[in-house]
Amino acid sequence: MPTYQIKVNGASKTVDVAEDTPVLWVLRDHLDLVGTKYGCGIGQCGACTVHVDGTAMRSCSLTLSQIDGKSITTIEGLSEDGTHPVQEAWKEVDVPQCGYCQAGQIMTASAFLETNSNPSEEDVKNAMHGNICRCSSYSRIRKAVMIAAENMD
Amino acid sequence: MSTNKPNALSRRAFIRNSSIAGGGMVIGFNLFQACKPKVIAEPAIDLASLDYNDFNAFIKIADNGAVTIFSPNPEIGQGVKTSMPMIIAEELDVAWKDVCVEQGILDTENYQRQVAGGSQSIRFGWDALRQTGAKAKHMLVSAAAARWGVNPSECSVSEGVITNAAGETLGYGDVVNEAALLEVPEEVPLKEPSEYKIMGKDASNVDINKIVTGKPLFGLDYKTDGMVYAAVLRPPAFGKKLVSYDDSEARAMSGVIDVVSIGEKVRGLLAEDPSFGSKISSSDKVVVIAESTWQAMKAKEAIKAIWEDDSKVESTEEHDKILNDLLDGNKFETMRSDGNVKKAFAEADEILERTYESPFLPHNCMEPMNFFANVTDEKVHLVGPIQTPAWKAGLVSKMLGREEKDIHLEMTRMGGGFGRRLYGDFVIEAAEISDKIRKPVKVVYSREDDMEDGIYRMAIKYRIKAGIKDGKITGYYLKEAAVNSNMYGLIPNFFPAGAIENYQVDAANYESNITTGAWRAPYTNFLAYAEQSFFDELAELMNVDKIQLRLDLLDNVKPEEDERIQYSPERMKEVIKTAVEKSGWGTKSKDVYQGFVNYYCHNTHVAEVADVEIENGEPVVKKITCVVDCGIVVNPMGALNQIEGGVIDGVGHSMYGELQFKDGRPTANNFDGYRLIRMKEAPIVETHFIQNDLSPTGLGEPTLPPAGGAIANAFKAATGNRLYKQPFTKTPELLKVPEKEIIG
Repeated sequence: MPTYQIKVNGASKTVDVAEDTPVLWVLRDHLDLVGTKYGCGIGQCGACTVHVDGTAMRSCSLTLSQIDGKSITTIEGLSEDGTHPVQEAWKEVDVPQCGYCQAGQIMTASAFLETNSNPSEEDVKNAMHGNICRCSSYSRIRKAVMIAAENMD
Repeated sequence: MSTNKPNALSRRAFIRNSSIAGGGMVIGFNLFQACKPKVIAEPAIDLASLDYNDFNAFIKIADNGAVTIFSPNPEIGQGVKTSMPMIIAEELDVAWKDVCVEQGILDTENYQRQVAGGSQSIRFGWDALRQTGAKAKHMLVSAAAARWGVNPSECSVSEGVITNAAGETLGYGDVVNEAALLEVPEEVPLKEPSEYKIMGKDASNVDINKIVTGKPLFGLDYKTDGMVYAAVLRPPAFGKKLVSYDDSEARAMSGVIDVVSIGEKVRGLLAEDPSFGSKISSSDKVVVIAESTWQAMKAKEAIKAIWEDDSKVESTEEHDKILNDLLDGNKFETMRSDGNVKKAFAEADEILERTYESPFLPHNCMEPMNFFANVTDEKVHLVGPIQTPAWKAGLVSKMLGREEKDIHLEMTRMGGGFGRRLYGDFVIEAAEISDKIRKPVKVVYSREDDMEDGIYRMAIKYRIKAGIKDGKITGYYLKEAAVNSNMYGLIPNFFPAGAIENYQVDAANYESNITTGAWRAPYTNFLAYAEQSFFDELAELMNVDKIQLRLDLLDNVKPEEDERIQYSPERMKEVIKTAVEKSGWGTKSKDVYQGFVNYYCHNTHVAEVADVEIENGEPVVKKITCVVDCGIVVNPMGALNQIEGGVIDGVGHSMYGELQFKDGRPTANNFDGYRLIRMKEAPIVETHFIQNDLSPTGLGEPTLPPAGGAIANAFKAATGNRLYKQPFTKTPELLKVPEKEIIG
């Protein structure tokens, strides 16, 4: 199997995997970064969202060659100690029910707020529409993203 | 470490006593230091001489006062890992911020009802959990009083510190050694609700920090040394079984360790315990064992299997006809009958009869089904997300012919349950696979596996008929036709039983080979919409106020004369009146169309009002006002989350949820073909609690069923169209405002 160098959460990692292995499974099974979740495998639910050079992308639908030379950030690397404004807002609002989709929600929200630091509620709804929460914690997600927007630098 | 044998023996006696007392309480040392990085005092007894399992009960208090509370029940997102320990902590009288919560493992000796289902954890746990905390407090205070030589009644407790009349203080940690040796009291007085310091105040989810930083919490995250991954090729349709397979291509793929077939053990289990038979296929299945999840999933696709019909393969079209025939036929079982509905209908001035239809639904937990098993000669280790750990441990014990004490089951946090994880067919599979390959293995479902190998909410139809005479509803007759299981077996005494003189509920079913089971708010998740749409339509036909009709019916209910009646008409009337007030019922501008529902299920009384507005000629659900009487609210922050989630889930599935079958196989198997509600479709939910001091009920389910009815009634107000089929998007022509109204 080929060996790949990938940059994850600021560190360079070497992985030995088949070339068609989606980044999601490289993170989860080979790098023990299980915060990134498997939900559908076809880019429909958003549970596997990571940042690729700061842009939110579905890791289940990314191959290693697509991230060559790019920098990946996962939920584990969003902040050193869980104090990113989006994480703080999630805690303040107490968003999760089961919690499974929330890493993907947080990664989508944090990338979105980098591009729009003063969003309307409509903007937030549009930005978060791609992430499914089966427990339907949508009201709290909306509220937390608005709070995070206020607290982002 | 000092050694003190007699102490250790006494402790064991204490533990046995506590089991008998029913509290399942243990005051122990913080053995594992899993909680806080505080200094843990050197234990005063010989821990090596103890059976560690004895400590897996509710409470551990370290010599330094650190308190660990084990949450006994599985956590599926309903919040019990936070709220159940809150109840213990309240009566224990410690500060919530000083409590560390851990998930208890399956321990049938020390815990009761370790089940997540039916919104019953809090309701059933209420007395036992309070007594557990209060008994521990009583023993700690007694120990302190003995040391001071004073009467325990002269001592008071605040946040884990005991104070005597002279103002001297001792912390719980200071006296835990002595307290643990005292006899467990039979029953101790509990606090009055006015004394609560923890309950009734917002507490964050105890796992919040781990969730927002992506720590391993869920079954799919669990790993152990040497663990391999299994992807299972199951029959491609209900009614099929495996004939043969060719695994040569799969075996040659990278990372593939082995390909095996399973099924023999399951069939043995089904022969011994047929109760599980309708929940798992008895066909052989092909299992790919690989070094990683992706390799296992990919190699599974490369298996060439031949299947044959084992029983009839069914389709939605057939089910539709079968259910209609059942409704038209006479194969019913009567679940309750008051008076004489036939006579009432014969004498009625007017009759209203309507039929309501609902489809199959998959659960679609965000975390697909998975489970870890490691079967060795010594024990069977099972880890993962399961709502019914005791049931599954028992089945695995039977299937593998192992003693129950050798089955060690740990529950992980669950990425949703919704009823799907009650069944644990995946636990059985994992155990059979590990038994066969003798390796630690995790079975992982793909999303496609999860949706195609479900244990679905069954398709159901209701036909409801009412007779009206002299402006009163004199007869009510509900017929139910369902695939596999009838819902009405358990709820014939819900509203409107007792409210209408001539009342009858009949049920009939058709036995299908498609596996079906409980789905969030089973029994009522579809019924509430049917029944409450029907009452709305009755009010229109009778030309009476919709709210008054409901209140008048409730006036007829006399639970004191009919002990079968399960709901409280008084509590129901209160949620109705509160919802009228809080939703601004009847006082909104003409652009807002409202729909009303009141409902009782899972021991909780709820009223919901949907506000719908017209956008681009279509009705859009903007807001749901929800009034809930669940008794004492243990954790308002968690309770609100459950209510909001339940309401939006109810809206979503009523609008979009449908799984069709063709040739025994679901026609959708992922979120590209199956629609779940998303952010932009989710209405605002405004919640109001009825304040009272009644024992609490659960909130995971009861706000879901009414939501579909509330929006259906609001859509009628907005469009003039009644909706008789779920999902509502199935009939898009009815979700349009008639042309003339737009022009006007």
